[in-house]
Parts: sequence; C-alpha cells; structure tokens
Amino acid sequence: MAEKVLMKGNEALAEAAIMAGCKYYFGYPITPQTEVAAYMAKRMPKIGGTFLQAESEVAAINMVIGVASCGKRVMTSSSSPGISLKSEGISYLAGCELPALIVNVQRGGPGLGGIQPSQSDYFQATKGGGHGDYKLIVLAPASVQEMVSLTFKGFDLADKYRMTSMILADGTMGQMMEPVSLDLGEVKEYAKPWATTGTANHEGRNIINSLSLSPAQLEEWNKSRYERYAIVERDEVMYEEFMMEDAEICVVAFGIAARISKNAIMEARKKGVKVGMIRPITLWPFPKDALKKAAAKVKSFLSVELNMGQMIDDVKLAIDCSKPVYLCNRTGGVLMSPDEVVAKIDEIQKGEAKAW
Amino acid sequence: MAKTTKILIAGFGGQGILFSGKALAYTGLKSGMEVSWLPSYGPEMRGGTANCSVILSDTPIGSPIVDKPDVLIAMNLPSLEKYEYETEKDGFIIYDSSLISKTITREDVVVAGIPATKLASDNGLDGLANMIIMGKVIKETNVLTLDQVKTSLAQMVPAKKQELLAKNVKAIELGFNY
Repeated sequence: MAEKVLMKGNEALAEAAIMAGCKYYFGYPITPQTEVAAYMAKRMPKIGGTFLQAESEVAAINMVIGVASCGKRVMTSSSSPGISLKSEGISYLAGCELPALIVNVQRGGPGLGGIQPSQSDYFQATKGGGHGDYKLIVLAPASVQEMVSLTFKGFDLADKYRMTSMILADGTMGQMMEPVSLDLGEVKEYAKPWATTGTANHEGRNIINSLSLSPAQLEEWNKSRYERYAIVERDEVMYEEFMMEDAEICVVAFGIAARISKNAIMEARKKGVKVGMIRPITLWPFPKDALKKAAAKVKSFLSVELNMGQMIDDVKLAIDCSKPVYLCNRTGGVLMSPDEVVAKIDEIQKGEAKAW
Repeated sequence: MAKTTKILIAGFGGQGILFSGKALAYTGLKSGMEVSWLPSYGPEMRGGTANCSVILSDTPIGSPIVDKPDVLIAMNLPSLEKYEYETEKDGFIIYDSSLISKTITREDVVVAGIPATKLASDNGLDGLANMIIMGKVIKETNVLTLDQVKTSLAQMVPAKKQELLAKNVKAIELGFNY
C-alpha cells in the first residue's frame, strides 16, 4: 500500500488519468475544474503526452474524438456550461462508439449560472445531454479517493464497452483535499481492432463514423449498442449501502450530498430514528435492483440532491412508486447542512412531509 | 470515544487562510488522523472573504464542510461576526486582536485573542500572522503538538525554499509562546 498523500480532488483526478495511461488531454479553463487542466499542463510534457488548451470547449471535444478514433486513452474536463458546449461532440462519441473520459466538475446552472458546487447536471449526464439514443457510463465520486479510483475505472469501462465514461463530480469534490492512495493496480489493455491506426496490420480500412442515411442500418446500430448497454446495466452497477440493515427510511444521495447525508444519518440515529442510505456510485447504470430490494423493507425513501429534484425520478422508477419518496434539496450552488436533512427526516417520521 | 475536531479558519483573501489550513490537514495526515480540507473558492485572490474548513478525526469523515466549528480561527471582524454564534459549545474562538476590537460575549467557549498581525510586523514576519495565530491555536486546543506541526512544515516546504521554513517556524513558536 503506497503512502497516502494530501491532494486536491481535481489534481488527484488528473494524476489518476495519467496513471491510467491517458496521454492526451484537451480542455478549456472554467471554475471549479481549472486545476485539472493546470495539472495536465504541468505533467503531460514530462511524460511525453499532449496537453492542449483548445480555443473552445467545442474544439476540445472534437480533438477528443480524433484521439479516441486512434484507440488512445484521452480525456477532457470542464464544468457545467462547458459540458453543454461539448454535448454535440459527446453525442458523436457515442454514435461512433468511442471510448473516452469526460469530467464534469459541476457548478450551479442553468445558463452561465454560478461557480459554487451543484448536482444539477444529473439529467444532462444520465439522460442524454446530446441528441440521439445513447448512454454514458456516469460515475459519481464522493471522496478524493474516488476521484482517483473512478477515473481509473472510467477509462477501463470505456475501453471494455467502447463507450464514453463521465465523471460527474461537483465543486467540493474538485476543490477539497483529502489523503489519497495512488496505488491503483495494473492498467488493463484492451484490443482495439476498430481503431484508425493505419492499414499495416490488417486488410481494408477502419472507418469511424456516426452517419447512416439508411434508417434500417441506423436502427441496427442503435439496437446493437443498446445490447451492450444492457450488459453494462447487468454487470457494472456500483453503490454503497450505509446502515441499511434495520433502516426504515432509505436516503438516496450521491457525491457531496451523500457525505452531508452521512452526518445527518448519524445524528438521526442518535435520536433513535432508523435511517440508512444507498449511495449510487454509478448514476448510469443506476442501482435499480438495490433500491427495489430496499423498497421491500423500508417505509419510505428520501432523495437528497443539490438540484430541484432530478435523481428522485429514477428513485421512483426503480421502486415502481411502491413507497413514498421525499426530497431534501438545495440548488444554485447552495449546500444543505446536515441539520436540514435531519429536519426532513423528522418531518417524514411525524408524517408531516409531503411526498414528491 | 471517537474524537473529531472541526476547524474553521476565516478571514480576508491573502491572509494565508488556505495555507495554514493545509498545514493543519497535512500535520493531521502525518499524525495518522483522518483529515479533510475544503476551501471556499471564488473570484477573490486578495481581499474579499476566504475561509477554509479543516476536519481532523480518528474516524472516517462524513461531510467536509464545517458550518459549526469546534475551533473558530477568526482573522477579521466579518468572519467573527458570522461564525461566533455558530461555534460549538465548549469550543474555541481564537482571533486576531490587532484586527478585531469587538468584545466576544460567548461564555460557553474558550476565547483567546492574539495580536497576530501586529506581532508579525513587529518581528519582521510580515504575512505570517496566519502562522502566529496557528501557534496559539495549537497551544490552546492541543489538537496537534508543536513538534508535529514543525515536523510536517519541514516536509511541506520545498528544499529550495528552506529560508521560508525558518520564518514559519519562528511565527508558530511566537504564537505558541505568547
């Protein structure tokens, strides 16, 4: 076990990407993720990699498409408004079935919004963002250690399934420092016979393309991609259960909201309220089965989110609306305090809360 | 019994708030504790408000955000006014008395003022009021020892800038012995 070092989330993520074999980074600065780009600018030249500050987010994502087409590990990072700009390119990545890693260190929206932490890009990340039938693998770190481990994982899953992965972090995850181990194990190499690396070792040409003017063929492409998505949904779901053994109220929260909720749960437990938490680590694939299983035991669910209520829809779908689901939220860059979550839990206990 | 100390350092941008927070967190890490460090971030580099949440604990840390500190380090008046009544009972309020003349009315916390900014300029340690006040914090709270902080500072300061280390250590000792 390597000694733990104290690192900022953004910098730890960048180092993890390099350790995962990413030698190409294209980006454009935006608070609160600029440290990712700054770290890459410093490190990439030293390892023979490429750091390029593009003229815009749109340019950066198209550079990502280029490198991904060659089968090399590549990433870009931004924050909410920048991810909107990249969304066209993300849809093209999906259409071309290209592995890449996109990092969104979220800030308040919509529009230019603010610069404080938020989780209001949940829909954008999990339901599309760009156009067309596609999914991203969406990973939600709740610690600096997970900024590292999920970046490593994100590259691996992207290669394994020819999909684009997204790290959906927020301003606190990017800005905070925690001790972190960079002992990440071996990088698994995947064969990429589809990559455009010249014709030296195979016959014919590899073509990377998302255009099909034949509806039948496009339908076929989409269906085959969704068959792969079904495998991801079956095999790659990640979540953490916290104090769920005897829980009557199940909190569902990810990222910083889950950290805040942990404090609230400890407080509520002191008062004898049986609360636990399921923390989705993969937002897509969403831990539907874990929630469904919990629904058979708990009396209600409480979705804690930094937005106007987005993941709560997936909670209700996962449990087929079989139990009441409540919302505790703040938005616009405001964080809830653990006390606010405790107060909502109290309301639910007393039957005073209004279900979503 | 699990022990967790939530520290909030608050003042103006440019007072070294984030660095002194980092020194506490790094020392905690080197002393085998669980630690977290979270800055307020914004457009301000100098001026404006800056604060930094540091948690030192012997158990895994939940939220890294300190809104009710056990230890409040106030380096300007707005910060003191904002957090005085948020400080936990039996906690500590340690403030720069050369910048804050307000009387603190809380009686259920330990209050300690130290003229850190004045001490800094009187001793040729301009810009190190943050470390002077940290010396006082260590003395009052015992959350870390002076030796632990000195050892970790030596590791934090790069070899090329060792002359800064001596000044930082001097500042901490000045605050500790005040």
